[in-house]
Amino acid sequence: MTPGRLLWVMGILTAGLVGAIVLALSVGTVRVGFAEIVGILFGKLLPSPVSWTETQETIVLSLRLPRTLLAGIVGSALALAGAGFQAISRNPLADPYILGVSSGAAFGVVMGVLTGLGAGTGILFLPLFGFVGALVAAVVVYGIASIDGRLPVHTLLLAGVVVSLFFSSAIMLASALMQAEELQGVVFYLMGNLRVVSYPTIGIVLGCLLIGTVLIYGQVLALNLLSAGEEAAAQLGVEPEWVKRIIFVACSLVTGAAVSASGSIAFVGLMVPHAVRLCLGSDNRLVIPASVLGGAIFLILADIVARTVAAPLELPVGVITAFVGAPFFAYLLRSRYRSVYP
Amino acid sequence: MKAVEVDDLCFSYRNGRVLVGVSFTVEAGEILGVIGPNSAGKTTLLRLLSRILIAEAGTISLFGRDLNALTKREVARTVAVVPQEFQVAFSFTVEQVVAMGRYPHARGIGLETAEDHQTTERAMDETGTAHLAAKYLDQLSSGEKQRVVIARALAQHPRLLLLDEPTAHLDLSHQVEILGLLKRLKSEGGLTIILVSHDLNAAAAVSDRLVLLKEGTVLTAGLPEEVMRPEILERAYGCSVWIDTDPETGKIRILPRL
Repeated sequence: MTPGRLLWVMGILTAGLVGAIVLALSVGTVRVGFAEIVGILFGKLLPSPVSWTETQETIVLSLRLPRTLLAGIVGSALALAGAGFQAISRNPLADPYILGVSSGAAFGVVMGVLTGLGAGTGILFLPLFGFVGALVAAVVVYGIASIDGRLPVHTLLLAGVVVSLFFSSAIMLASALMQAEELQGVVFYLMGNLRVVSYPTIGIVLGCLLIGTVLIYGQVLALNLLSAGEEAAAQLGVEPEWVKRIIFVACSLVTGAAVSASGSIAFVGLMVPHAVRLCLGSDNRLVIPASVLGGAIFLILADIVARTVAAPLELPVGVITAFVGAPFFAYLLRSRYRSVYP
Repeated sequence: MKAVEVDDLCFSYRNGRVLVGVSFTVEAGEILGVIGPNSAGKTTLLRLLSRILIAEAGTISLFGRDLNALTKREVARTVAVVPQEFQVAFSFTVEQVVAMGRYPHARGIGLETAEDHQTTERAMDETGTAHLAAKYLDQLSSGEKQRVVIARALAQHPRLLLLDEPTAHLDLSHQVEILGLLKRLKSEGGLTIILVSHDLNAAAAVSDRLVLLKEGTVLTAGLPEEVMRPEILERAYGCSVWIDTDPETGKIRILPRL
């Protein structure tokens, strides 16, 4: 792959991301024009005539911008985790939701709230709880699913279902026993909901995403080689065990952070890397960064639909991604299973 | 110069001994055929030579250097392996698969350099796969696929090429083609080659010397005509064989007596 192609693709996706963000800031019950958005965002840097109302400014800066940024970061994180899990398991049906890693992260977040460590200012540490929960789930799924160092598709999916059910039930148990009021809210948003969150929270989730992206991008060549199996990769000088550990930690980190901020949003991690591979091929040097940008675009657009389709009612964004994702998953399972595992 | 020196090599898996005191040498630029009945330890030997497995006892040196003293990347720049089965998850093109062989030479995030590109193209030319560059691996016949996997190994720019059953699953013309390619790589590229094969005729035809393994030990080693003798093969395989030479090519022909 040439550097030119990488830059070209990244350029187009970045433009698409900027477009999606502007659209998200503009659309809603109160419409804000594109020129006004630019003015509101950059007015302090480049003074220009004020052509918008104070309400519009508040809506854009305090409501739509944080929510849109969160949507973008969460979408990136989930798509990155999906691309990473798919590459490391050599399985196109893997994603943090299907593998139960999201449920593990959600359970970790609930534990954080229950123990009180994640309350108050501690809310900034919730991503850490999510990370630990996600990592535990990922390691358990891997342990259950691997047979002689291989991860067959059926055992991986079954292990994911089992672990996912286990952690979901644990969350339900916790919420039934505790009846803590703040927990009710937490359980609700863990269903997969984007809300308006504070900028420090956004910053922490973004930090986790950046660390995860750097860790995974450092292994893109090794991930390409691993698509031919661990032994074939090892013969070319890859350390499969190390690569697996790095990818598992990085994917768990970004999943944990995303879930701590917005709950488990389904299928983003499954669909985005696939769409990227269909358009750009399977080279992870392109798939990983394109999934990061594509995931952001996808979830921002899905959130626009969730906010506007039944306005003034707001749907959880997870409903939209699941409605698109479930048929897509069915299609993949039917059409690609044989070609990947002949 | 000795390309490979194996001395008193021992290895066991959890369920038992596989190799016991195996010793042999391979000259640089030579093709060594490793033959023997099932579970003689042939594939294990290849894994030890590429350091996928570490020997329990004994030493392996490649081109005068102790295998265990090399880094993983140095090993991958010295030894390339063509495995018995090669499957890729996800759709990679032939060119991408061959370019993966450049990994032990890559730096940074691994965008391809001009040198990578040249080596990849040369590997595809040598194996006659250049016209397949844009095809996906699952669109190829098994003969084409085998040549692509060999091209990938050549892109590593190795000094030693290990092949595990390179002609299994191939029809006659593809077998001839792959064996011809191996001879050419030896004579033109000066490559040292070790091939493991169940096909005694192929091994005898293409190898300069043979090592016959049985139950993890070297039963006999030597020139093809020294190893391919009825009494030796009968001892190795436990069945009666018939051996003669092709009057036109002078090659040894081996048939089981049914």
